Amino acid sequence: MPLLKEGQIVTDPWVRVEDDADISGETAVVVSLKRWLDEAETLKSRNAPVAVALSNDQSPSQLVDDLDSIDAVFLTFPAYTDGRAYSQARLLRQRYGFQGEIRATGNVLRDQYAFMQRCGFDAYDVAEGIDLAGWGRSAGAMSEVYQTATDDVQTIWAKRQGTAA
Amino acid sequence: MYKYDEFDETFVSERVAQFREQVARRLSGDLSEDEFRPLRLMNGLYLQLHAYMLRVAIPYGMLSSAQMRKLAEVARTYDRGYAHFTTRQNIQFNWPKLEDTPDILEELASVEMHAIQTSGNCIRNVTADQYAGVDPEEIDDSRVWSELIRQWSSLHPEFTFLPRKFKIAVTGSPHDRTAVKFHDIGLIIKRGPDGEIGFEVLVGGGLGRTPMIGRTVRDFLPKQYLLSYLEAILRVYNQLGRRDNKYKARIKILVHETGIDALRDMVEAEWASVKEEGVDLPDAEVDRVRSYFSDPEYLTLPDHDHTFQVKQFEDPTFGRWVRANLAPHKVPGYVIANISLKPIGGAPGDATSAQMTAIADLADKYSLGEMRVAHEQNLVFADVKKSDAYALWKQLNEIQLGTPNLGLISDIIACPGLDYCSLANARSIPVAQRLQRRFADIKRQFDIGALTLNISGCINACGHHHAGHIGILGVDRRGEEYYQLTLGGSADENASIGKIVGPAFSGAEIVDAVELVVETYLKLRNSGEKFIETYRQLGETPFKNALFGEKQNAAA
Repeated sequence: MPLLKEGQIVTDPWVRVEDDADISGETAVVVSLKRWLDEAETLKSRNAPVAVALSNDQSPSQLVDDLDSIDAVFLTFPAYTDGRAYSQARLLRQRYGFQGEIRATGNVLRDQYAFMQRCGFDAYDVAEGIDLAGWGRSAGAMSEVYQTATDDVQTIWAKRQGTAA
Repeated sequence: MYKYDEFDETFVSERVAQFREQVARRLSGDLSEDEFRPLRLMNGLYLQLHAYMLRVAIPYGMLSSAQMRKLAEVARTYDRGYAHFTTRQNIQFNWPKLEDTPDILEELASVEMHAIQTSGNCIRNVTADQYAGVDPEEIDDSRVWSELIRQWSSLHPEFTFLPRKFKIAVTGSPHDRTAVKFHDIGLIIKRGPDGEIGFEVLVGGGLGRTPMIGRTVRDFLPKQYLLSYLEAILRVYNQLGRRDNKYKARIKILVHETGIDALRDMVEAEWASVKEEGVDLPDAEVDRVRSYFSDPEYLTLPDHDHTFQVKQFEDPTFGRWVRANLAPHKVPGYVIANISLKPIGGAPGDATSAQMTAIADLADKYSLGEMRVAHEQNLVFADVKKSDAYALWKQLNEIQLGTPNLGLISDIIACPGLDYCSLANARSIPVAQRLQRRFADIKRQFDIGALTLNISGCINACGHHHAGHIGILGVDRRGEEYYQLTLGGSADENASIGKIVGPAFSGAEIVDAVELVVETYLKLRNSGEKFIETYRQLGETPFKNALFGEKQNAAA
C-alpha cells in the first residue's frame, strides 16, 4: 500500500510481523501491543527501528513509559466513520509528547486528511493511484480553525487575541 | 446577536467551496453515494423519501430579519415556497436539488448562516433558551456559551466521527425551556458557592428508542472550564461509546452500561489533564462574544400600558393571545411575544416564504430586527413594547400567525413523519391536523389549559413524544399506520418520560382516544390543576380505565 508523508508518496520501510515471527534481522518491524509488552527489552535492544500497532480499543497510555524507544505508532480506521484513532493520536502526540511517526492505516481518505493532520498523524497508508493534488486541495480547503488541537496552526481564537497559539 | 468577523466569514465560505467541490466529485461519479453520504450529512443534506432535504443550522435559535428574508428567498427560489422549523431550532428545506445545494449554502453564507453539523455523527447545532437575555429569572445568557460551543465544535478534528450524533443544550434560567435533560450533554447555568457563574453538567439524556433523563456528572463547573470539560466528556465517549450497534451508540447507553459514577471518574480523570492543555478560552474571547449579546438600548417605559390593557377587554381573542403567547420581559414596558406556527389545520412548524418575509418585516418594525426559534417549533419576538403588542397581533393575523394557542393542546410538536421522512412508520402531520381541528374551539383549549401534545412518526422520536404530557408514537402494524399513546412525559426542569398506555390505536381511533384522555382529566382534576399535575397525582389507571374499560384493564 502506498505511503503518503509530507505530501509525497514515499517508500515504506516498515514490515508488519506476526507475534511469533522471527525478528532477528535489521528490518524495521511493526509489532502488536501484546508483543511489545511481552518482549519490550528484546525489541529495544534490536539494532533496527520498531513500531507498535494499536487497535482501536487499546489505550496509548500503555506505551507511555516506552515512547522514547518506539519509532512509530500505527493506528487504524476500520471505517473512516470510526473516529477512535483521532483520540488515540491526540493523546500520543499531545499528552504523552510522542515525537515519532503516527501512521494512519485502514480506510484512510482525503476528506479526513485535514482532521488527521490536526490530531497528530504524519503518515498515511493510502490507496493505489490517489490524486495527490486533490489530497493537497482537501488538506488546504479550510485555512482557519477555531479550536486548539495537536498541530501548530494558529487558531482563530489565538489570532483574535493577537497572541501566538 | 453575534456577528461574524473576518475569520468566521472565511471559515464558512471555505466550507461552502469545499462542499461545492465534494458535490462536483459526486456528480462526476468520482465519489460513490456511499462515500458521499457522510460528506453531505456533515453539511445537513439528507436523502429523504421523495427528495433531498437540506437542514440549515439556526445556532441557539437566533435569527436576524435579514437571515429570515434569506431563508424565505431560498424557499421561494430553490424549494416549493415553504420551509419547516424543527425541534432543534433548525430549519429544513424539503425539496432542494443536489446540484443547487452549493448555491443555497453560498446564499446562506452571505447572511452568516450555514448547515455545518446539522447531521452526521458529530456535535450537532447547539440549542439554547429562546428567552435568553430577556427572561427576568435568568442567571446568565445561554447564547454566549452556545456561541462559544458552536465555534469550538465546528469541524472539531477529533470529534467529527463519533459513535453517534451528539446534542448539547444550554439553559440559563431556572425554568427550563430547552428540554435540557433530554440532551447528550445538558448545561444548566447556575451560581456557585461564592456567587460565581458556572454549569451543572448533565450527561446521557435523550429520546429515541431508549428515552433517558440526563444524569448529573458534575454539580458545578466553573465557567472558565466549559470547553475543557466538554472535550473530556467527548474524548471518553469517542473512545468508549459503542460502535457495534447504532441503536446503542448514544452516550446515554454508555452512561447506562458503565454507571454514572464510573463514567464520572473517567471524565474527571481525563479533565484533570485536558484542562492543562490549552483548550479553554481566555476571558478576553468570552468577553468579546458576550459583547454581541449585550442589551439593546431599551426605552424607559411605564410597565403599565393603557391601550394594551383596554384592547384585551375590547378584543377577547387578543386577550387570549396575551394570556397564552406573551411572557414577562426583564425590562418594564416590554413583553416577549411567541408567534405560534401551529394554526389550526396547518403543518406544525411550517411557514411559507410569504409568511417568513412578512415575519422579517414585523421583526424590524416591532422587535429590534431579531427573532428566535423555539424547540416547540414556534417563533419568538423577544423585545416587543406592550404598546405595540396589539398592532403586532393584528398584523400576525393577516398572515394567519396570530393563533393564541401557545402551550395549549393545539400547540402540537410533530415531526415531518411519513409524508417526508424515510425512517417514519406513520404519518404525523395529518394526525396533528385532525387533533387541532377536534380541539379547535379556543375556549375549550383554555379550559383544558397547559398541555403538551407531541407526535413522532417513528421510534426515533423526533417529535419528542416521550416528553409530551400526551405523546403519540406512530407504529407500523402489518403495513397499517397505528398510534401508541404515552402519558405523563415532561420536557421542563421536572423532566419525566411518558409511559405507554395499552395497545395502539388505529388512525381512525387515535383522535377519539386523545379526546377521552382529555375528558377524563377534566372530570378528575382539582380546581386549577394542570393535566400533568393531575396525571402525576392519579397515575395512569383512571386514564387506562377510560380508554380500555376497567374489565379489560384488570384482566391485562
